[in-house]
Amino acid sequence: MKTKRLNYGQAIHAALAHAMEKDPAVFLMGIGVDDHKAVFGTTKGFVGRFGRKRVFDTPISEGAMTGIAVGAALGGMKPVHIHIRADFLYLAMDQLINNAAKWSAMSGGRASVPLVIRAVIGRSWGQGAQHSQSPQSLLMNVPGLKVAMPTTPADAQGLLLAAIEDPNPVVLLEHRLLYDIVGDVPDPPVAVPFGRAVVRRAGSDLTIVAGAHMAIESLKAAEFLAKHGVSAEIVDPVTLVPLDRAGILHSLAKTGRLLVVDSGWTTCGASAEIAALAAEQGFDSLTAPVRRLGMQPTVCPVSKPLEQAFYPSAKTIAAEAFSMLGRAFPDAPAPELTNAFKGPF
Amino acid sequence: MKTRTARTLADNDLALYRLMLKIRLAEERIVALYPSDKIQSPVHLSVGQEAVAAGVCLALATDDHLHGTYRGHGVYIAKGGDLGRMFAELYGKDTGCARGRGGSMHLAAPEVGLVGCSAIVAGLIPVATGDALAAQMQGSPRVVCSFFGDGAVDEGVFYESVNFAVLKGLPIVYVCENNGYAIHSRVPDRHKQTDLFRLTEGLGLRGSRHDGNDARVVFKTMSRAVAAARRGKGPVLLEYMTNRWHEHVGPGTDFQEAYRHPKDRTRAAQNDPLRIMEAALKRRGAARLDAVAAEIGREIDAAVAFAESSPFPPVESLLAGLYAESR
Repeated sequence: MKTKRLNYGQAIHAALAHAMEKDPAVFLMGIGVDDHKAVFGTTKGFVGRFGRKRVFDTPISEGAMTGIAVGAALGGMKPVHIHIRADFLYLAMDQLINNAAKWSAMSGGRASVPLVIRAVIGRSWGQGAQHSQSPQSLLMNVPGLKVAMPTTPADAQGLLLAAIEDPNPVVLLEHRLLYDIVGDVPDPPVAVPFGRAVVRRAGSDLTIVAGAHMAIESLKAAEFLAKHGVSAEIVDPVTLVPLDRAGILHSLAKTGRLLVVDSGWTTCGASAEIAALAAEQGFDSLTAPVRRLGMQPTVCPVSKPLEQAFYPSAKTIAAEAFSMLGRAFPDAPAPELTNAFKGPF
Repeated sequence: MKTRTARTLADNDLALYRLMLKIRLAEERIVALYPSDKIQSPVHLSVGQEAVAAGVCLALATDDHLHGTYRGHGVYIAKGGDLGRMFAELYGKDTGCARGRGGSMHLAAPEVGLVGCSAIVAGLIPVATGDALAAQMQGSPRVVCSFFGDGAVDEGVFYESVNFAVLKGLPIVYVCENNGYAIHSRVPDRHKQTDLFRLTEGLGLRGSRHDGNDARVVFKTMSRAVAAARRGKGPVLLEYMTNRWHEHVGPGTDFQEAYRHPKDRTRAAQNDPLRIMEAALKRRGAARLDAVAAEIGREIDAAVAFAESSPFPPVESLLAGLYAESR
C-alpha cells in the first residue's frame, strides 16, 4: 500500500476530498467550513473544488442545522456536519438523540440516517469551561449513535471515510491537540472498520486504556515507566461505539491490571463503562483494583496551573501506574505535556 | 414523478370527503376499541381537524414528502398509508407500519411519502427542511410539507429552520394546523402575536391564514403553495384554523374542563368539516354518501381484523434494527 506523510488535519482533508469525489451525495456544512480558516484547514479549497452547494456555511443554529442534516440524510444525501467546538453539540442534542439516533429502530427499519458529525474537542490552553469539553460519554449513553475518537492521522482518515460510508449517524470527536501529529496514511485513503481497538504499545505489567489525546499522553507515560522498570500496554479503543470489548479484555487477561484514562469526566463516563466491563467480564483477570483518570469533577478553568491540574497528563498517568504497582514515583524529571499549541484557537 | 390524474371539481370534493370520513371513522373506531386496552399506545386524535390533513395531502403528489407529528393518524391516512398497517402499529404488531416500534406517535409510510412522525413538538420541522434541501440539491421535483400544530411555533428550531429555508429558497410548505391549544395552553397564553402566520414575516417567510374546516379551502391554498414551491418560488407558511374535539391525548372529550373556551363545543359542532363537505356535495347532487361510509366501514373492519390477527414482534428481535446494515 502506498502511503503519504500527513498531519491529522491534512488526513481529514484527504478523506473528505476522496469521499466527495467518489460520491456526489456527500456534502459539507457547518459554521466556517467555507471561510479562510477552513476548520483548521480540513476543508481548505473545497468551495472551489466542489462548489458552494456542497460546501456551505450555516446560520448559527446548531439545533435546526442538525435536524436539517438529519432530513437531508433521510432525503438521500450524505451530510458531514462540522463543529469547530464539540461544546456546540449540546445545542444539537434534541435532533441527535431524538431523531438521528432513533430513526432506524423507531421506524421499524424503514429508513436510517447516514449522517456524519465532526466535532473538535477544543482543549489547547485557556479555552475555558465552554470551549474544551469532551462529550463522548453522553453520546455513548444513547443507543443508535456511533462514536469514534481517532488518535492518529491514519485513524482520522480511515474512520472518517468509514463514517461517511456508514448508513447510521456517527459522531467523530477530534481532539485539538492531535492536529499537529504527523503520521503515515494510506494513499489513496481507505476506510478503517469501527470496533477495533489498537494496541499502541505492548507491555506486561498493566493495561492502560486511553484514546485520542490521552493515548498520546499515556504513550509518553509508558516510555517513562519503561525507563523505571514498568511495562505498560497501551490499548486505544479508537471507537467507543462500537467498543472493542474483546480487545480490552484480552489485554487485561495478559497484564492483570487496568488503568483507564479518558479526556472526559469520570462520573458515568467512558472510563466508567470500561471499568464496568472489567468488573463484569474481566474480574478473574484482575490482580488489583481498576483505577481511572479523567477531568477533575469541576468546570474547566482557564488559569494555567489550575488547568494543568484539571486534566490527566503523562505525569499523573505514570504516577497512577506506579501507585497501582506499589512503587514510589522515581526521583527523575517527569514527562511534560506535549502541546505545540500557540493559540489563539 | 407520480402525479394524480386530473379530477373534476366534484370528484375532487368527493375525494376530500372520502379521506376525511376515513380519518373520522378510523379514529371513532380507535375510541371504541380503546377500553379493550388492545391499543396500548397513547393516541392523539384529530377528529374535527380532518379537513387540514385531507386538503394538504390531496394537494401533494405521492412522491412529495410530508413530515408529521404525534397527532398523525390524519396525515397517515390522507397521504395514502395502509390502514391495516396503521391499526397493526397501534396494536404493537410486527405487521405495523413501523413493526410495532413506533406506535401511534411514530407512524411512517415512506412508500407514499410520509417520511415519519415525531412526539417532540417541532422535532421534525428541521428534518423536513433538510429533506427539502436534499430535494433541491438532487434537482428532484419533490416538494416537502412540514406539518405541525400551533404549539410548534413556540420552539426555537421552527424559526431557525424557517430562516434556513428562506435563505436557500427551499421547496417546502410549512403547514401550521392551529387547533387553538398546545396540550391545555391557549395561543394567547403563549404568544402576544396570535396571528401565528405573521410570526415569521421578519425572517422573510410569507404566511397566510385560512379556514381549516373547509377541505376545499385547504386543498386550494395548499395546491397553490405546492405549485409555487415546485416552480422554485421557495417556502410559504399556511396557517389553518380548526378545532380539536378530543382531549390532548386519549379517547375522551374534555369540553367541560376549565382550560377550554366555553364556546368550544358549539364552535366545533358548527364547524364540523365533514358536515361542511357533505352539504356542499349534496347541493351538487353528488354520489350516495351512505355507500361511501359503508365501504370505509368495511375497510376499517378489515384493518382491525388484520391488526388483531397479526403476530407481535418476536422477543428475539428486541435489539434488531437499532443500526442499519451497511449497504
